[in-house]
Parts: sequence; structure tokens; C-alpha cells
Amino acid sequence: MSMAEEQICKTFERVIVKEEKAKVKGKSWASKGLLLKVLAFLSPSLILVLWEVLAGLGVIDVRLFSSPSKIFSALIPMLYSGELLYHTMVSTRRIVLGFLAGAAPGVILGLSMGLFPPVRASLMPMVAATFPIPKLAVMPLILIIFGLGETSKIFTIAIGVFYLVLINTMAGVLNIDEIYLDVAKNFGASRFQFYTTVALPGALPMIFAGFKLGMGTALLLIVAAELSAAKAGVGWMVWRAYDMFDIEKMFVALITMAFLGYVFSCMLDLIERIVIPWKSGKG
Amino acid sequence: MEERKGLKDIYPTEAILTENLTKVFKVRGGNIVALEDVNISVKDGEFLCIVGPSGCGKTTFLRILAGLEKQTSGRVYMRSKDPEKPLTSMVFQGDSVFPWMTVAENVAYGLRIKGVPPKDRREAAARYLKLMGLSKFADAYPYQLSGGMKQRINVARAFVSDPEILLMDEPFGALDEQNRLILQQELLKIWEGSGKTSLFITHSIDEALILGDRVMVMTAHPGKIKAIVDVDIERPREILSLRSSPGFAALYREIWHLLQEEVEKAKAKELAI
Repeated sequence: MSMAEEQICKTFERVIVKEEKAKVKGKSWASKGLLLKVLAFLSPSLILVLWEVLAGLGVIDVRLFSSPSKIFSALIPMLYSGELLYHTMVSTRRIVLGFLAGAAPGVILGLSMGLFPPVRASLMPMVAATFPIPKLAVMPLILIIFGLGETSKIFTIAIGVFYLVLINTMAGVLNIDEIYLDVAKNFGASRFQFYTTVALPGALPMIFAGFKLGMGTALLLIVAAELSAAKAGVGWMVWRAYDMFDIEKMFVALITMAFLGYVFSCMLDLIERIVIPWKSGKG
Repeated sequence: MEERKGLKDIYPTEAILTENLTKVFKVRGGNIVALEDVNISVKDGEFLCIVGPSGCGKTTFLRILAGLEKQTSGRVYMRSKDPEKPLTSMVFQGDSVFPWMTVAENVAYGLRIKGVPPKDRREAAARYLKLMGLSKFADAYPYQLSGGMKQRINVARAFVSDPEILLMDEPFGALDEQNRLILQQELLKIWEGSGKTSLFITHSIDEALILGDRVMVMTAHPGKIKAIVDVDIERPREILSLRSSPGFAALYREIWHLLQEEVEKAKAKELAI
């Protein structure tokens, strides 16, 4: 084959290959949605099956990693006895109260810091200095101040939520496009009208981003808060199971926490969709 | 900023009068003279178009009239015939439609600020939405609309608040030719019905001649008035026949020559820097 012929052949091959690829692509388009759904269901199921099989074969040490069937059989009686529900409710109450106690002042302070430069100038150094302190490090101090009761646990969560909501809310106000401020000014909006028609709605997407981050932190902190001086809660269950070396119970608690996190994030998504109907589906 | 009294006694037919209006922006490494000694009088009910090279202070001029910026020196007189009405409404360059309000809420924003009850607001908005061909989208949110539709909302929002003076900063600048033509026609229709004093910035000579009673040509760095060209084309205007008339072509050429010099000067200066 001459050089020229070879070149032609190569080009030809490339063309054919491209056509085939296009065909495959075209085919998969129709069933892509279904395929993705099947995959999303199949891959976790596969891991569970693999876990069970390997545990049965003794490849995985069941004393440390348990197995899906063992966890399930530990879960059922806890569900029936109401034990699981009780601990879940105790933790949910702490999370919700802590979240509200942190988010409400976070939004109010964040809005005022975003809107008023003097407030921002006077509070920002404090916020910047205390924000990096890990909230877990403050817990002993909180325990000393608020005692061993509910308040200290709620307060720990509130502090973690507060900072994230505060900083996001402030950033939300500061990032509102200047052209919207000009429009309000040009129409002669009063200060109060400016807050209600531009500042607050304009900052809402960022405020909700702060809520979501805060909820993640709340779930993190509940475990720490229930480590000491607690008698109930999902976080307490983890530590209790650790003391008793009850791996199944520990997994049940972990699963419950994953479930709690999922429910809370769904709820926030739902509220966001109601409060911010103007946000496009993509963003 | 503006002084409402006095103008009527000196110039009975003027709506806006500027006296040596100058605006200097302080920037690092010196001053930028955005406007220098701008003297113009705009008659009540006149449509004045402003053209000029980029960065010649057109927008600054409008922002001063709108009360969004303060001049460095000079004076602005603006006449208010009806203290109940807002003095100015501005149509901003670029997307200024509030994403968090529906189309109807956006259009009625000026009325909401004035405290007009919701029912009347909705009626007023509906009237202008119909004029703009947006009735179907009254309850849609801006993210569902195209750029051309958003620009119509901008224009409608300014009209609904029923100001004494309309200030428009390249409202159709970002649109494609067809949309621009349609909106020009709609603007003419609305404006000819309302007879509001209007100032309109544009990059397009075509647009300036289609809409304006006069065209103010500006120079860049510093922003000064180079010439004011009268557009003696009778109203009501019809865009297509207007464009093919001989008078239009002559005016187009006149303004183009004025602008060409300025654009070239601005370019030479940019290169020198």
C-alpha cells in the first residue's frame, strides 16, 4: 500500500468509527433515563449483597463490620419497641431547636452586616476571629456554662449553625447586583421598601445555601453533643454501642443518622422551592 | 440634586436644562473627565437621542438626571408639572429585571413603591403588558423569558410608573435586529401616545433617527456635546418607509461623519495610552 492509499484508508476507518459511535449514542438516548435509574438502584444493592456474601464467607470480620442481615435483625426489634423512634425524636428536637436558635440570629445579623457598613465594620473582626475556632473545642466551655442539660447541647448546635448562616447571609446581601440597587433608588424606594423588595429576596438563595451548610454541621455536632452527659439520642446510641461493643446497634444508629440527614435536606429543599419559586431549576 | 422651581419662569417650554454640567471621576493615577460643560435644554415632550463613542459619558449624563450620581459642578434644572408623578424613570442598560418578582410584579414595581393598592397595580401592569405583547407571561418569572422579553419588561416598568421624564440607556442594545425593530415600533407607539419627555442613549444612528426629535452627538474624553442635529421627520413615524426616505439618508450621513471623527479620535487616544 502506498503512503497515499494508507492515508485514505486511515481516514476512511476514522469515518466509519465515528459513524458507529454516533449510532450507539443515538440508541442509548431513548433508554438513558431508565438506565440511569436502574444503575442508581443497582449499585448500592450490589454493595449490600457483596457485603453479605463476603461476611458469610468470613472474608469480612463480622465482629467489626457486621453484615446487612445482622444489622437488619437488630433494627427490627428496636423499631417495634419504639426505642429507635424515641432516640430519633430526642435528637431531632435538639437539632431543630439548635438549628432555629442559630439560624434566626444568623439571618438577622447577617442582613444587618450586609446592609450597614458600620455594623459590618464593628462586628466583622469578632466574627472573623471566632469563626475558625472548631465548635467542638468550645463544647467543654459550653458544658461548664450551661450545665449538663439540654441547653448545652442545643447551644452547641446553634453556634455551629449561626456562623455559617451569618456569613452566607452577609455575602448574599453584598453580592446583590448593583443594578438592582439603582432600580430601587431610581423609583424612590424608602429604606424599608428597599429591604423588603431587593435586599431580602436578593439574598435568599445565599441564605438557603447557609441553611443547608448549617444543617450539615448540626448533624455533625449532635454526635459530639451527645457524647457527654446525654442519656438518649442517636449520637448517644453510637457512643453507647461503642461502650457495649454492640456493632449492630452502632450501624443502626449510623443508618438512622443518614436517614435523618436525608429527611432534613429534603425538607430544606422543599421549603426553598416554596420560598424561592423564581429560582430556575438548574441553579 | 435637581432644582424643581425656577425653570418655568426662565424657559416656559423646557423640561430639562443643564448648565455647564461637569462630572469628574477620581481614579487611581488621576481624574477622568466624564462630562465637561454640557449645556442642553430639552423641550417638554421632546424625544432626544444621544449618540457618541463608548465611554463618552452618555450613561453618566443620564444617571445624573436620574439622581443616581451627583455632578462635580454645574447645574441641572428639571421641571415638575405634577408633584404626584415621579420625576424620572430610567430604563437601564443590561438586565435589570428583578429575578425574584413575576413579570407583572416587575412591571408594577414603581407603583408598589408609590403605595398604589395591589388591584390597581395589577390593572396598570396588565395594560402595559398587553401593549408589549407579554400578557401571557404576567405570572412567569424572568428566568423563563428571553432577553428580548426582559428588555420589554424594563421598558414597561419605566412607563407604568408614569414619570414626567423617561431616561433610556441603550434599552435595545443587546437585542438582535428583528427584536430591536419590533421594540422600536412598540416604543414609538407607546411614546407617541404619551408624549413624555424622553432621553434615549443608543449606539445605532438608525435608531436615533427613527425615534428622536433631535440627536445629540457627544465627544469622548472629555464628554462634551459636539453637535445637535434636528430630525425633521414627521410623526407618527413608520420605520420601514422612514428608512428609505431621502431625508433619512442625508441625516444618517451627517451624523455618521460627526461620529466617525470622534470614534477615530477615541481610537487614536487609546493607542497613544
